[in-house]
Amino acid sequence: MAFEFKQVEVKGVDGRLRLAIRELIIPESGVTVIVGPSGAGKSTLLRLCNRLEVADDGLIRFDGRPIDDTPPLDLRRSVGMVFQEPVRFAGTVLDNLREADFLIGPAAAELLLDRVGLDGSFLTRLADELSGGEAQRMCIARALATGPAVLLMDEPTSSLDPSATRTIEDQALALAAAGMPILWVTHDTAQMNRIAAHVVCLIDGAVTYRGSPAGLLTAPDPRIAAFLAEQPS
Amino acid sequence: MNTADVTTLGLIASLLLVIVAIGMSATQRLGLEREIVWATVRSLIQLLFVGVVLAFIIDPQQPLVLSWAWVAAMIAFAGVVIQRRAPEIPGVLPLGMLAIGAAAIVTLAVIFGLGVFPLEGRTLVPLAGMMVGNSMNATVLAARRVVDEFRDNRPEVEARLALGQSSRQASRRYLQSALRTALTPQIETTKAVGLVFLPGAMTGLILAGVDPIEAVRVQAAIMYLILGSVATTATVMTLGIGRRLFTTDHRLIRLPRS
Repeated sequence: MAFEFKQVEVKGVDGRLRLAIRELIIPESGVTVIVGPSGAGKSTLLRLCNRLEVADDGLIRFDGRPIDDTPPLDLRRSVGMVFQEPVRFAGTVLDNLREADFLIGPAAAELLLDRVGLDGSFLTRLADELSGGEAQRMCIARALATGPAVLLMDEPTSSLDPSATRTIEDQALALAAAGMPILWVTHDTAQMNRIAAHVVCLIDGAVTYRGSPAGLLTAPDPRIAAFLAEQPS
Repeated sequence: MNTADVTTLGLIASLLLVIVAIGMSATQRLGLEREIVWATVRSLIQLLFVGVVLAFIIDPQQPLVLSWAWVAAMIAFAGVVIQRRAPEIPGVLPLGMLAIGAAAIVTLAVIFGLGVFPLEGRTLVPLAGMMVGNSMNATVLAARRVVDEFRDNRPEVEARLALGQSSRQASRRYLQSALRTALTPQIETTKAVGLVFLPGAMTGLILAGVDPIEAVRVQAAIMYLILGSVATTATVMTLGIGRRLFTTDHRLIRLPRS
């Protein structure tokens, strides 16, 4: 397994429970999609995995070890993360990759870009001049530059057009097929159906389903039915 | 020497200008008349009080330690003022005092250690007062700027942390930007001095009949004292707040709105 959650609780500033997971295992292969309505705690769950947030209670294991046992900076280099909006640092694409690995040379950088379907000519392009889809692919390459064992993707296509969205989805599937487990957050079940090997459904901070994408659509839980009913047809 | 002593009658005459201010407020219906009267009375009482206390403290017969105690009290009071002006910043009171205390050590050590001014109560208290007063604004500005920088750039900072950068690495450019913003007004003021405005100390000396060139020498030394102290307080404050905004495990804390 990539991640294991046991009795994990996260409270908000008001003391209200934002996330309560009794037990959850994230497999170490393929794309695992965490799906659920806005405010269900999906991003919080993801941010727990690289310790951008910490749980108030419970145990999280990564690769069999409690995540607190690994120094946070080492953990974050092993658990790459791609955010909702593509985050562009100042400078060129190569400068951006060097934020992750300041020793990286052009040849290794080109290989990274190749993994996300961008060619070497992008290395000298300014990050600010990339399209949304290209910038997000640069962000994936940047996350890969630390040599992570797993990739977290927090609604990575929410600011992209349909064509760029499909490109990012295809890149994620290709990475997963090449052995990189991916944890992908979305509220869009259509996207889930396109990419998920495994599904975790989160509603009101609790896991209401885990299994195959097809199984979610026939799950008996009324909260899931209500969530599915809100999806655009 | 041709001095410009203000007699009691002269002081009373200057109150005419307060009446002008009250008149402005009344004709424009600003409702600030009482406020202006209160400010005038209060300022006079405060200044008289300080004048009496200072006359005692900086009397050459008194031990210098009294003046140092006065400086320490000013630094502590500055911390309280800073906290009142920026209560939303975590740990602003101790950091404010630390920042101004550090600036006091650096600047007073240079000013008195190198003999720019003789170390006496009558030089120590006013110079420290000017240093503290000017540093307070820069401290509040720096603290606010740091929090704003990190709030506005939260996604970028977290993206850096997510790449395994330490909080120090991830915060460097935002701290630099905050510090630059905090220091710029003082640098601009230093540039404009003499051309755009005549600063208080120099004006006071000239009014007191001191030769303008002599007044300029004093003023220049004071300007550099203020520049040095503003730079020191803003730097200590920026770095201090920058550390406070991260946990020991390199997470950016939830940031308050100013």
